[in-house]
Amino acid sequence: MTVISPPAKLTAKDFATDQEIRWCPGCGDYAIVKAVRNALAQLNVSKENTVFVSGIGCAARLPYYMATYGFHTIHGRAPAIATGIKLANPELDVWIATGDGDSLSIGGNHLLHVLRRNVNVQILLFNNEIYGLTKGQYSPTSRLGTHSPSTPLGSVERPVSAAALALGAGSQFVARSVDTLQTHLPKILIRAHDHRGASFVEIFQNCIVYNDGVFSEFTDREVAADRQLHLEHGKPMLFGAEKNKGIRVNTEKLEFEVVEIGSDGISEKDLLVHDETNRSLATMLAAMEPPDFPTALGVLFCRPAPTYEGAIGEQIEAAKSGSKTRDLNELLRHGYTWSVDSEHHINTQIT
Amino acid sequence: MEGTAATAQPEVQRKSLDAVVIRFAGDSGDGIQLTGGQFAQATALAGNDLLTFPDYPAEIRAPAGTTFGVSAFQINFSAKPIRTSGDEPDVLVALNPAALAVNLEDLKPGGLVIADTGTFTSRNLDKAGYESNPLEDGRLAKYRKLAIDISKMTLAAVADQELGQKEALRCKNMWTLGLVYWLYGRSRRATVEWLAAHFEKRPELAAANTAALNAGHAFGETAELSHEIGAYQVPSAELPAGMYRNVTGTEALAWGLVAGSYLADLKLVFCSYPITPASGLLHALAELKEYDVVTFQAEDEIAAACAAIGASYAGSLGVTSSSGPGIALKTEALGLAIASEMPIVVINSQRAGPSTGMPTKTEQSDLYQAVYGRNADSPLVVLAANSPSDCFEVAIEAVRLATKYMTPVIVLSDGYIANASEPWQIPEIDQLVPFPVHFRSETAGCEPFTRDEETLARPWIKPGTPNMEYRIGGLEKDYDSGHISYSAKNHQRMTDFRAAKIDGIANDIPLQAAEQGADTGKLAVVGWGSTFGPISHAVNNARDDGIEVSHIHLRHIWPMPRNLGGLLAGFEQVLVPEMNHGQLVTLLRSQYLSHAESLSKVTGRPFTVHKIEDEIRLRMES
Repeated sequence: MTVISPPAKLTAKDFATDQEIRWCPGCGDYAIVKAVRNALAQLNVSKENTVFVSGIGCAARLPYYMATYGFHTIHGRAPAIATGIKLANPELDVWIATGDGDSLSIGGNHLLHVLRRNVNVQILLFNNEIYGLTKGQYSPTSRLGTHSPSTPLGSVERPVSAAALALGAGSQFVARSVDTLQTHLPKILIRAHDHRGASFVEIFQNCIVYNDGVFSEFTDREVAADRQLHLEHGKPMLFGAEKNKGIRVNTEKLEFEVVEIGSDGISEKDLLVHDETNRSLATMLAAMEPPDFPTALGVLFCRPAPTYEGAIGEQIEAAKSGSKTRDLNELLRHGYTWSVDSEHHINTQIT
Repeated sequence: MEGTAATAQPEVQRKSLDAVVIRFAGDSGDGIQLTGGQFAQATALAGNDLLTFPDYPAEIRAPAGTTFGVSAFQINFSAKPIRTSGDEPDVLVALNPAALAVNLEDLKPGGLVIADTGTFTSRNLDKAGYESNPLEDGRLAKYRKLAIDISKMTLAAVADQELGQKEALRCKNMWTLGLVYWLYGRSRRATVEWLAAHFEKRPELAAANTAALNAGHAFGETAELSHEIGAYQVPSAELPAGMYRNVTGTEALAWGLVAGSYLADLKLVFCSYPITPASGLLHALAELKEYDVVTFQAEDEIAAACAAIGASYAGSLGVTSSSGPGIALKTEALGLAIASEMPIVVINSQRAGPSTGMPTKTEQSDLYQAVYGRNADSPLVVLAANSPSDCFEVAIEAVRLATKYMTPVIVLSDGYIANASEPWQIPEIDQLVPFPVHFRSETAGCEPFTRDEETLARPWIKPGTPNMEYRIGGLEKDYDSGHISYSAKNHQRMTDFRAAKIDGIANDIPLQAAEQGADTGKLAVVGWGSTFGPISHAVNNARDDGIEVSHIHLRHIWPMPRNLGGLLAGFEQVLVPEMNHGQLVTLLRSQYLSHAESLSKVTGRPFTVHKIEDEIRLRMES
């Protein structure tokens, strides 16, 4: 009898390569790669079945640091490459590492379509609101008035909200976390992996060189509790160091408002309860911004739907099991043909 | 016994002709392409050799009656092997004044005009720019003329079906086809069957169109057409024994890609974005799901190229297809495929440019783009198909080279090849040589970047293979380890290697042979792509007159066959006819310091035989 021992459970370390990491010291990307390895170890996935695909930018270097299959491609195009991979082999577990420039500027079109089609991949968008690798130009998520080498007088463009855009594109899974939240982030990555379909995760990431502290108003340890709303499906939207603040709907204006429990007779029952299957709710949560509102983190939206490659595969399987021939010789001979014999007599056939 | 029309009439005396060129022309809503396609089918089934040339406007429904809304379909059919769709039509079918205005200048002197007088109204004459009716004002004096009120006769023929006027009039292409069938003694059977199948859900339309077809045919039989119109027959061509079909370049490419992936033992993943004239390939392959063909209509050209690369990375055969402007968008992705050594096939159905140019008109002006059109030193393989049926073999060759050498391969086709059709002797799949891909999975002795010593190709390792995980991308990589490398010495080595890998493919392709004529001499006419037909015909004509001229035609554009430089050097003159401003000629001159000279034609239409023949005679007689 042959005894097959179960494969040893991989640790986060097993997902690290021998390549020296080339991000700036103190970059938020170190924390993200750590959380990704941690999540993969917890998920107990195999290295050989996992593929990291990226475009261009600091975030896009991530595949080199993962001991899985990896493809570092061209600027903005990772979703298209990943779609091709899933069409070739739907069994592969594909992750996309991208940044705000890569997927909201040059690759905006591909992000829209990979989400809309619902290709079963995980998209990790490292949002640092700046172009890092090209030395600090403003990005499509930079706030109005951002001073950068290309906008010395301040940027005049209004930023795009990554999560709101993903929801608008028809994404069936949208979540958010922060690079430094080393318990929260792996949990969100695991949720994203478990979701079948395109899972979009916006990770607020600090660029220590060109945009240091851009998220500190809600990520700094002293203010985090009061400025972050951690969503949980079926739970009231409570936050604050004292757990005494919450989100309520102002039905007259159809907008959110922050309320304090205990004042004006407000109790927990008055608060909104998170329903992650509600796209409208998720869209309003994505739009909450400091200083008036806390930043919504966690799974904003999750509603599984058929995947693109699954539907394509079904059509092919149906065609293969149908009545049509699969003989190539017959393919070349269908329709009108004619035979010429050695005496140049012609016989026509129709099949 | 009741006599049928066929037996009641005396057998007509048909005058025998070797070859005939007919051009059907009408409004883009007149069903001209369909009419031409049916005539081509009936002609193929009658055993003639043939080539067709559909020529239609870019506008889907251009305003009725205008000259820019004219759609045409030309067919050359013959009792002998033919190579072009014909220089000048012998017969012009003009279903409205605009069709006559646009096409009359091409008609051979003494040629026959068949015109529908029902459409020659003052309004339509005005739209076509005629101040008087050309059917009556003597303008057709040097031609023969068959002016019939086809519109009226069609309405009478389909009266039983009680269609509306508009639907009834749409049958007039079938009436016309019936008449032309009679003129050339063609069987109506295949068209009647096609109508029944095509209008399965509208039997009244099948009946009306069939009635119109029969009425046109009966008109030919019964009308006392003047002696000079007459009836003809074109005897069947003596094709080699075997099974044949008509095939367009689009069909042959689609089947060639399917056959190529079958021979490589790969799933085909075809990724494309709609563009004229390349979209037909996407449509053809989307119909072949039972052959395990995945088609992906991407969000743009770039995504199509990238998805093809992703598919090949994951172990399928990734193919992308477009026309010049779309290929331009794919350029950066092609660079990635070169850097990461991904086997993909890229089809370019060339069209007239630059920019949007003339989308439905043919040209072969993307040769520079294919060979040189990328940033940096980025060589790849370029092949060119020379006719509709040749696309089948070229597609297979592209798959073979891409998978064996881990390189992108560009196949140049063009708008003419894509849409034209010709008889094709159907191959037996079992007689094609398979070239199954061997994916590397053994770890011992094979690092992810250990190259094949002969081909210099890196191993193809599918994600999903245990213990072979590797990272790759567009950054320069170390020759041996595949890790990112900015080393000066390594970049020199990698650049040299990329060139050497492609150059080495010259050892794996046939030596260049002359299609006609000797390997040395006074004049060689050198071509590539769809100029094959006109060059071949022109050289053949000249040789029939005792002029010693050779025809050399390239399938492998890059790398070039090893003996090409020497072959060209053996001729006193080298003439390169191209539907561009002189691209292959520049390539030949730069590669071999050749004395090749250009014969350029950029009109959006194929070369005529006589243009090339005249140039040959001029050079050989001076």
